[in-house]
Amino acid sequence: MSSTAQAVHYGEHHQSFFERWFMSTNHKDIGTLYLSFSFLMLFVGGSFAMLIRAELFEPGMQLMQPYFFNELTSMHGLIMIFGVIMPSFVGLANWMIPMQIGAPDMALPRLNNLSFWLLPFAFILMLSTFFMPGGAPAAGWTMYPPLVLQGGESIAFLIFSIHLLGISSVLGSINIIATVLNMRAPGMDLLKMPMFCWSWLITSFLVIAVMPVLSGAVTMVLFDRFFGTNFFNAAAGGDPVMYQHVFWFFGHPEVYIMILPAFGIVSEIVPVFSRKPLFGYKAMVFAIACIAFLSFLVWSHHMFTVGLPLGGEVFFMYATMLIAVPTGVKIFNWVATMWKGSLSFETPMLWAIGFIVLFSIGGFSGVMMALVPADFQYYGTYFIVAHFHYVLVGGALFSIIGAVYYWLPKWSGHMYSSFWGKLHFWSSVISVNVLFFPQQFLGFAGMPRRIPDYNVAFADWNMVSSIGGFWFGATQLIFVGVVIHCVFFSKQKATSRVWEHAYGLEWTLPSPAPHHSFTEPPAIDDSQLAHGTLTH
Amino acid sequence: MSPIDANVYYVPHKSRWPFVAVIGMFLCMVGAANWLNGHEPAGQIILTIGALTVIGMMFGWFGNVIGESLKGTFNNQADSSFRLGMMWFIMSEIFFFAAFFGGLFYIRTLVVPWLGGAGDKGIITNGYIWQGFSAAWPTNGPQAVGGAFTATSPWGIPLINTLLLLSSSVTITIAHHALLAGKRKRLIGFLGLTILLGVIFLGFQAHEYWESYVHLNMTLHSGIYGATFYILTGFHGLHVTIGTIMLIVIWLRCMRGHFSRDHSFGFEAVSWYWHFVDVVWCCLFLFVYIL
Repeated sequence: MSSTAQAVHYGEHHQSFFERWFMSTNHKDIGTLYLSFSFLMLFVGGSFAMLIRAELFEPGMQLMQPYFFNELTSMHGLIMIFGVIMPSFVGLANWMIPMQIGAPDMALPRLNNLSFWLLPFAFILMLSTFFMPGGAPAAGWTMYPPLVLQGGESIAFLIFSIHLLGISSVLGSINIIATVLNMRAPGMDLLKMPMFCWSWLITSFLVIAVMPVLSGAVTMVLFDRFFGTNFFNAAAGGDPVMYQHVFWFFGHPEVYIMILPAFGIVSEIVPVFSRKPLFGYKAMVFAIACIAFLSFLVWSHHMFTVGLPLGGEVFFMYATMLIAVPTGVKIFNWVATMWKGSLSFETPMLWAIGFIVLFSIGGFSGVMMALVPADFQYYGTYFIVAHFHYVLVGGALFSIIGAVYYWLPKWSGHMYSSFWGKLHFWSSVISVNVLFFPQQFLGFAGMPRRIPDYNVAFADWNMVSSIGGFWFGATQLIFVGVVIHCVFFSKQKATSRVWEHAYGLEWTLPSPAPHHSFTEPPAIDDSQLAHGTLTH
Repeated sequence: MSPIDANVYYVPHKSRWPFVAVIGMFLCMVGAANWLNGHEPAGQIILTIGALTVIGMMFGWFGNVIGESLKGTFNNQADSSFRLGMMWFIMSEIFFFAAFFGGLFYIRTLVVPWLGGAGDKGIITNGYIWQGFSAAWPTNGPQAVGGAFTATSPWGIPLINTLLLLSSSVTITIAHHALLAGKRKRLIGFLGLTILLGVIFLGFQAHEYWESYVHLNMTLHSGIYGATFYILTGFHGLHVTIGTIMLIVIWLRCMRGHFSRDHSFGFEAVSWYWHFVDVVWCCLFLFVYIL
């Protein structure tokens, strides 16, 4: 059978529902599955957040038992990290990387399908624990022993679902590396690639390096619980802090796994609506690589108060602050890209600017926490909660929503309502600050995280934060409406370029893009690349 | 083989096997979790169904890919993708082992000395909680969890096992050169020898575990030493088992003449995996047994 015949044979022909969605080897269909799944999980994890904020609306116990509150906070974290942020970035990678580098599909399409389908089943395992004796895992998303070992039947299910999630994301990353390194059209040099591809290439290395470490950490927990080992028992020569070291060796690079693709997205959007090429393309690439490298050297800043030796605290403090340098380069370059540009504020641009501002706020509080003496005050308080929600909601989630608004016309072939898109943005950006800014005050004042009840002194700001939470949660329903309207009902056809100043291979394809993006390697015209020889 | 048009991209058929794989793995996990929670025999039954599904999936999926490979479906680009895939898969495995090695190093260089009173932390820990415990390795901790035990000497079976695995890396390389030179008898002979060495290694390790459990009282419960020893050597042994099965498959395929000088990804992937397993063992021999 010749490959030409295959390329024709696997074009858009009639296929059953099962064939299309369960047996797919198509990067667009699998990307859609990833994005739809993470969209669904956003509302599952979000509903947990709403319950948490409802319980915290005022002091005292209102709605639930304390243990159930702990289950909610733990599962909220696990779902948002492994079920929302990571899969939606993988979904975007699936959709965009082949189109951006001139490939027909991902390098290993069947593996791609396997990577996706592991996710829903992993979450069936994880969510089923709510209905088990002893309830869902309640020791926090970090699953620290010895507390996590005291859970009920959920532990085995939790650990096995983490294993499945680990396999899923490692296989997904292997696929992305193979795609970027092997499937680029001739002439698409690495340093001509769009920033989104670069950010995902580097992120994939992080995933391959750290997800197996998480699997190792939770495997030790499994053995301690079920097979009589004593990894985390000091009486036997073990140490619960050893888990924290192994976990955060995963955990800190994981933080960058959830933000580097966001950097890529923002680096795509900002130049288009500034009508200028990205300022300092190579510096942006190297900054991402630097951040990725440094992320392996800072894990203990999550554990400053466990009693590290002084030398360790100093090393991890300075290493952490060093990350502010390449991150500063990135923020500087985005601002410099906008500087003296012909700015226009279409929906994706609003989200990208929102990202830059909110991520900077989160980044600044990160530098504050890097200081060991200061961190002794912040540790375990709502200041930490505010910090990572600024970077993960205001940062990662905003960039994902921005990416959807940026590329949705390319995917669906239709324009969405920019009025509703902008309303979604303004309502989100205000409510997210009402939600998380007061949590910084609460943290400073000493309110601990992961508790269902609190001192009356914290009452007012908690109420404000909860109102912001409900407001932010309700606002996301606009997003559902905009996406559904755009995909199924919008009459307004999108052009192939969609945005006036959008360059790069994905904009040379019609909207919606054909089933297999490129059946033959496209000829690369440097003047038409986003970051090639910059003549435009 | 039909000619491959280098100018046209290759995208594989749709396949049901990835979804079958997910179902199989899911059932394995559900079964194992139920078994661990004491739901018998439901746990074992579900686990068995899951494992059979996974095994069936492997025959189906890999058989499918081998068939496509023999028909000449894959062009050079697809071949490179496979190679990159295997390389980075092995890299992820390395990091899986790194987690346990990292744990071991942390325990040995910091935790045990602290428990024994070293440093500022140690003075308090040792003075108030674990009085009289002096740091040593191997150890099962201040409360001697699991009772007195003896660690295996590195210079008996572990040394023999090291030599076995090292020579198996040599034999598989000879087999590879034989493949490149087109000498099939030599290829099949040395590949068979590699499998034999792998199987002997596993036999010796099983014997070593039995000795440790029966005569040395060195078990999973033997404090931190037993825990780190068995998790490292156990996962390595699991990987040797997987590697040996892969070698057997490749051996059978060699006998059927599936590989040639320019068409040897399957063979090379397995040999890379085997070298990886070998290198992990060398680290184990050094850090778990000798030091």
